[in-house]
Amino acid sequence: MIVIAGWGGDGLSRAQRELVTVARRLAEGTGREIAFLAVRAAAEAAARAAGTFGVAKAAAIEFDDDRSAIEVAIENLVQGVRHLGGEIVLLAADFAGVQAGPRLAARLGGAALNDVVDVQVRDGEVVWTRPVFGGKALADVALRRTPGVVTVRSGAFAAAEEGAGEAAVERLEAAAPDVGVRIVEREEGRQEGPRLEEARVVVSGGRGLGGPEGFQRLGELAELLGGAVGASLAAVDEGWAPPEWQVGQTGRMVAPDVYFAVGISGASQHVAGITGAKTVVAINKNADAPIFKVARLGVVMEYEKLLPALIEAVRAETA
Amino acid sequence: MTGTRLNLEAQRRSTGARPQRGRHSSAAATQQRGRNAGAHRRAAAQVRRRAKEVDRLGLHVAVLIKQVLDPEVPASRFEIDGSGKRPAAGIAPEVLGPYEQNALEVALQLKDAGAADRVTVITADGPEAVESLRKALAVRADEAVLVDVSGHDDLDPDQTAELLARAVKKLESVDLVVAGRQAGDWDHGQVAYLVAERLGWPCVGMVQRAEGGGDVLRLTRQVPAGREVVEARPPLVVTVTNDEGNVLRLPRVQDLMAARRKPITQWSLADVGFDGGLPAELAGSEVLGLRVPEREGECEFITGDDPAEVAAALVRRLKELKVL
Repeated sequence: MIVIAGWGGDGLSRAQRELVTVARRLAEGTGREIAFLAVRAAAEAAARAAGTFGVAKAAAIEFDDDRSAIEVAIENLVQGVRHLGGEIVLLAADFAGVQAGPRLAARLGGAALNDVVDVQVRDGEVVWTRPVFGGKALADVALRRTPGVVTVRSGAFAAAEEGAGEAAVERLEAAAPDVGVRIVEREEGRQEGPRLEEARVVVSGGRGLGGPEGFQRLGELAELLGGAVGASLAAVDEGWAPPEWQVGQTGRMVAPDVYFAVGISGASQHVAGITGAKTVVAINKNADAPIFKVARLGVVMEYEKLLPALIEAVRAETA
Repeated sequence: MTGTRLNLEAQRRSTGARPQRGRHSSAAATQQRGRNAGAHRRAAAQVRRRAKEVDRLGLHVAVLIKQVLDPEVPASRFEIDGSGKRPAAGIAPEVLGPYEQNALEVALQLKDAGAADRVTVITADGPEAVESLRKALAVRADEAVLVDVSGHDDLDPDQTAELLARAVKKLESVDLVVAGRQAGDWDHGQVAYLVAERLGWPCVGMVQRAEGGGDVLRLTRQVPAGREVVEARPPLVVTVTNDEGNVLRLPRVQDLMAARRKPITQWSLADVGFDGGLPAELAGSEVLGLRVPEREGECEFITGDDPAEVAAALVRRLKELKVL
């Protein structure tokens, strides 16, 4: 059984629908069936929604696990996968997924892979592809133990469209281990406007901004374009931008129509976060900056000179 | 959180002497008790509580590190070797991994604050990794351990995790394992989580700072919805991601010299229970091949000296490309 696993919700999230695409490819190539497993709040609703994507089985383990980080969720995912007889388990490679995947694999006696962007079935053997070395190379990998638990990078596969169909939802009882981990404080993030991952326009700043003030300018431009502000790892480490603005392989992966890279050199792990961007516009005073190798449009100029003019030009257009 | 925040920045810049928190606090508390009630008594209680908190944990922290191909090597210089399964030798120097540096800083801050007594760094690698172990000793890690895997190239995350978990167990007194969220080469992001499972300990991931708080650790991290503080009881594994507060400190000159003379514990595979070498069945995955992706087209440069003209041209071009 190929098991698509994730959190509950009103319907399937975009990431979960991308997992459906992966599962279908695997099903076709290996002759296995597809099951859906949802845990936590609204698990039943998600499991029911999975029926319209043609899954053979759906299971839900509903509980309110807001406080143990993912400890309780992992134990319940293990339970659900065992119940469904999962041989390949698919999770989104999001914040929770990349932590849960390997732990799930270990408890099930299998093996894990994080952040895959492609899969092929060659003569019944499943070969996964994942970016390595900050995205400088791609590795083709086979798992050698069952179950294989794989987390899938968002945007790497098309999201499956809803079809028709129903699956009987099996409700399993939640396990509630006492794990000594508790979330005690929570603070909402500072991002106004669209979320980075969903923004159609991202205006991002790096070390070349020289300080936090430059981000005000980027914010003006982003606001005019209805976009979000991002930052490189270097800018975050300098304290010029909050961590939730970080774009890159270990920050947010973004896929906007246009990505402005301002004062960003273009380090591999940053570039890995923008492979989904349709058009990259690089503004950097250094003509040799690696960012120009991945940009569609480039301006070699100090951002302090260009940005005010750019804001004016955009303001004139949108007026 | 701000009320009980330990002043880690100041301690980091200090001479490195362990803050005499306990002693100063009780003197202050005595003085304050002699004054009038209310606020003074509350402040005294807070100071006493803080002293106890800091002294209660006494952790032995093991930091898992990896020496990796410099992640800053430009894509144009990246080449694959004859086997087709790993990068070519010598394309860039090897460095202490970036997230490992953050992890080490988090561990050292716990020591500065008095919540940890001892920091041991561990790596499973060939003898060339001694370079990174010395870097850790130079920023005052107390002990360094190499599990020598010479002759075994291309360890996968399961094999690495098994070796590191055995090393942690062999050290016997470890109650906190801190590791980077992923190594800066193969980017698996698995080893620390697999170690947690093998040790049977909970794991809190993507942490940016750790503080002692009574008999628990207070872990601060960025989550998709914002910022979170998690309390967790040791023994525990923590993975670390970067933040402006956990950039690894620079070594002091005298510590650099001292690090060269400090002994490094070296364990063979037999020392961690693998007398006949690493069994093949330990590996969970196999790399079939490595390839460099196709690099896409050329960048169109918009040139000119006048920012207003360049900006106008840029906007025009973006409209033509139907992007704006």
